[in-house]
Amino acid sequence: QCNAVKWFSSSSTHGHVCPFLFFYQMKVKVLSRNPDDYVRETKLDIQRVPRNYDPALHPFEVSREYTRALNATKLERVFAKPFLASLDGHRDGVNCMAKHTRNLSTLLSGSCDGEVKLWNLTKHECVRTLQAHEGFVRGMVVRYCGASFFTVGDDKTIKQWKMEAPGYGEEEEPLNTILGKTVFTGLDHHQKDAVFATCGQQVDIWDEQRSSPIRSFTWGVDSFSSVRFNPVETELLASCASDRSIVLYDMRESAPLKKVIMTMRSNTLCWNPMEAYYFTCSNEDYNLYTYDMRYLDRPVTVHMDHVSAVLDVDYSPTGKEFVSASFDKTIRIFPKDSGHSREVYHTKRMQHVICIKWSSDNKYILSGSDEMNIRLWKANAAEKLGVLAPRERQAANYNQKLKEKFQHHPQIRRIAHHRHLPKNIYHQTKELRVMKEARRRKERNVRKHSKPGSVPVVSEKEKHVVTVVK
Amino acid sequence: MASPGEAVVGDTHVGEKKKPTSRYWEEPQEDGKNENKVVKDGEQTEQSLEKKTRQTQKAKKRKQEEDQGDGNKFISGKSDPFPGPAPIPEDRLQKFKRRDKTKKPRRQHYKLKDMITRSEEASEMAQKQAARFDLLLPEDAGFLEGDEDEDTCTISQEDIADVVDITSATKYFDLKLSQFGPYRVDYSKTGRQLLLGGRRGHVACIDWQSKQLMCEINVMESVNDVKWLHSEAMYAVAQKKWLHIYDSNGIELHCIRKFNDVLRMQFLPYHFLLATASATSFLQYLDVSVGKEVAAICTKTGRLDVMCQNPHNAVIHLGHSNGTVTLWSPNQKEALVKMLCHQGGVRSVTVDKTGTYMVTSGMDKKLKVYDIRAFKPLKSYFLPAGASCLSLSQRGLLSAATGDIVQVYRDVWNTPVSKPYMAHRVQRTIWGMNFCPFEDVLGVGHGEGFTSMLIPGAGEPNFDGLDANPYRSAKQRQEWEVKALLEKIQPELISLDPTELGQVDRATFEQRHQDRVKALGFDPLAKEKFIPKYKKKGRSSTGSVERRKRQVAHEDQRDVIRKTAEDKMKIEKERKKREKKEAVLSSQRSALDRFKK
Repeated sequence: QCNAVKWFSSSSTHGHVCPFLFFYQMKVKVLSRNPDDYVRETKLDIQRVPRNYDPALHPFEVSREYTRALNATKLERVFAKPFLASLDGHRDGVNCMAKHTRNLSTLLSGSCDGEVKLWNLTKHECVRTLQAHEGFVRGMVVRYCGASFFTVGDDKTIKQWKMEAPGYGEEEEPLNTILGKTVFTGLDHHQKDAVFATCGQQVDIWDEQRSSPIRSFTWGVDSFSSVRFNPVETELLASCASDRSIVLYDMRESAPLKKVIMTMRSNTLCWNPMEAYYFTCSNEDYNLYTYDMRYLDRPVTVHMDHVSAVLDVDYSPTGKEFVSASFDKTIRIFPKDSGHSREVYHTKRMQHVICIKWSSDNKYILSGSDEMNIRLWKANAAEKLGVLAPRERQAANYNQKLKEKFQHHPQIRRIAHHRHLPKNIYHQTKELRVMKEARRRKERNVRKHSKPGSVPVVSEKEKHVVTVVK
Repeated sequence: MASPGEAVVGDTHVGEKKKPTSRYWEEPQEDGKNENKVVKDGEQTEQSLEKKTRQTQKAKKRKQEEDQGDGNKFISGKSDPFPGPAPIPEDRLQKFKRRDKTKKPRRQHYKLKDMITRSEEASEMAQKQAARFDLLLPEDAGFLEGDEDEDTCTISQEDIADVVDITSATKYFDLKLSQFGPYRVDYSKTGRQLLLGGRRGHVACIDWQSKQLMCEINVMESVNDVKWLHSEAMYAVAQKKWLHIYDSNGIELHCIRKFNDVLRMQFLPYHFLLATASATSFLQYLDVSVGKEVAAICTKTGRLDVMCQNPHNAVIHLGHSNGTVTLWSPNQKEALVKMLCHQGGVRSVTVDKTGTYMVTSGMDKKLKVYDIRAFKPLKSYFLPAGASCLSLSQRGLLSAATGDIVQVYRDVWNTPVSKPYMAHRVQRTIWGMNFCPFEDVLGVGHGEGFTSMLIPGAGEPNFDGLDANPYRSAKQRQEWEVKALLEKIQPELISLDPTELGQVDRATFEQRHQDRVKALGFDPLAKEKFIPKYKKKGRSSTGSVERRKRQVAHEDQRDVIRKTAEDKMKIEKERKKREKKEAVLSSQRSALDRFKK
């Protein structure tokens, strides 16, 4: 009676009988898996993981992703150990630093006693020391070719040094020394030409071959604290003056372009290396301001969070973030378009941070501070250093994306934003907040009780700009 | 004319004149060309009609590139018969669709717009890739077809077991356990292990495919229900008094005295929660990862012996003797929803895997299907004997136990069903019934022991190795366990809509915005007043400034006007529809019309 006709699949790639069978007219197929298709052949193989992405097989998609994001955020805080090393050796506060233009592992630093040190960052050791100036080393810059560097000091000299150490028996001598008339306070080198700029009583443009400036810019009586060349539009410069202004110059013209006067003095400025029409200046009023070079009448962003004067600023090579050093003994990292910092670094021993650099590989931050040390930090506090296995990298990327996706959820946001601060900074922040709130309340009351429109609303951005002069 | 470059040129311009000898591949090529032409013509007309926006320009550019790609690209003059990426069937794409496209803000908000576009592109790509991958899945679902006038329900299990392959045939078996029955049944999440709990204290776990007994004990008490916990290493047994947890060797791990008189249990695998319903009308949740009671809810509805979970949102459904079905989450002391489903008591409830349909059976001998998202009844069937036990398979087969007969129905929610898909008689009254995940098998526990039946087309053919892998090794299981515990969902997240967490919280934003406005004294998000730029060469005369202002004002109004117009159209449409309906109704003559004057 049971006259079944069996039918074997000829295309059985997995060497397995296909369970189609005909019983009279009845057709039956029952799920029957060949285990050989689902388990590994030998112990040396990796396990097989067949996937099926059908959403019905993966319920609670959002909740599970949320849980993963929460875990990733917590782990990020667990692994956030940014401090890597401290380079000690200077005998006075570190006053300036310079990145090598061609070599990632070399750093130059100048201290308040006129000493310049060259550091090997991979070995965390000093490779060369030279007594460059009498008094402070005020500025330092490496030539674009990386073969020599310039220093300026309180002894009114500009010195050019070879990058290589002198041979055995040779004396440590500068390649070139220029004696200036006044004290120099800052220095920067042109991106491609043998031209550099110094600032002091005025901004001078120097040809490397000549001992007198090829051009001098003055605008009123003031002294300048920093000068920087634009990295893209290479003939442009910007400088911070002590009369609370930031002045822009074109090297090819004889007069400065324009300046913006703010309520407080700016200490240093840094151009965004990717969008070089933006620059950020660190100000005495605890804030940093990002300006668009073309529209100086109001800053693009005001970056707040420091509780004391900001002394130095440096952009990451990607132009997405910058790091600032402050008199309040902390370092903060800001996204370029955000008003508040994403990260704050501090240690018990670090004193007023005077200079800061973001390494050219976008991975490290170097800070030089008052108490004679240079500190090496990770730019991304929770990042794992060294070579990542592909799966590790994939997991890290996935976690990053999840954190981004759920960043606005209150629980995740609270964990991601929490930072431990030293007590005094914590209290100062609170105090500043109260002061600001009081001012705002007063302004609001004044507005409420005066003729409508007579007390205009002035935005935070407009508050700090006094005027623009062309 | 022999050089390949020229051949290409000739082909594009004088393709009609110079006809090469016909080849078998010629046909598709010709078709392709014509299609291209049609597409191009269409584009031109579109261009002339429509105002060119940036989007269409981009699309056009892409299309042109594609045209070049599929056209006469090859130097040899041949063209690709299958140009571009392979098409993906629409239904597959639909299967992996997560959400509709967001409406992008008009003007301004360029960054936001860009971000939305990017993320949408990424998700679209993911959707396409998943759909493509879906075509490559190795296994097909089972099926059973009779000849023209033969009912599949008349085909006996023996006949099926005779014709299928040996491995499948061994999946049809009977366990004669007449001493301690009737039995409750539970399969582990991977479908490899089977747990049997006899009413008179017999508990056994079996690797049912290899027929190896893992452990067998008698708890010397009556057993109300048995349930696997997250893996095959532990299971819970609801005994006469307390809830007990045993490991796979039959060693008692815990006796939980907080859980008394438990009648039914459900395990929520992603939350690691064991939900229990007791005779004292308590619904309790036990977190099995930390061993804590998460919630204890007094339902005040009497003895709770009908329970199931919604696998889509982890809400517990309870059936009551007054004919209502209530929905519960551990976060709320009251029921989320109360539905009156039957006249007389509810005998069994089950919910399908996608959380769309709920099937209930009651003392009124009805079998009802509900759309549980809209809480609407869809179908109602009358079973002469009434169903005591219901179970839904992964692919939507419904098994109903009527006395000692198992009936399996197919597709009960879409089409009205008149006959069962399969039927089988077991020796004694059925006590518990469950479909085995990822297998075409239905396990039936009854007074005489246990029967494993073959139900072709019941199980999901392709499992996901990272979720539930029937072939996993011990190492893989350990790894899975760690991962699963790490992403354990907190019980607070259980709600009717599981995607709620991923939606934009507008209410909170509005509240915060109001607070901010209050604190600042002005609205920081208010639209800035338009101040016309100063233009030279006499273009900033008062008249032109006014004109510019008006232009901007009109532009702003445009959105409002468009919206009101659309609303009007919609209302008009609805009105017309209604009128039409009324007209149709009024044209029908009713029996009472003759009394009208």
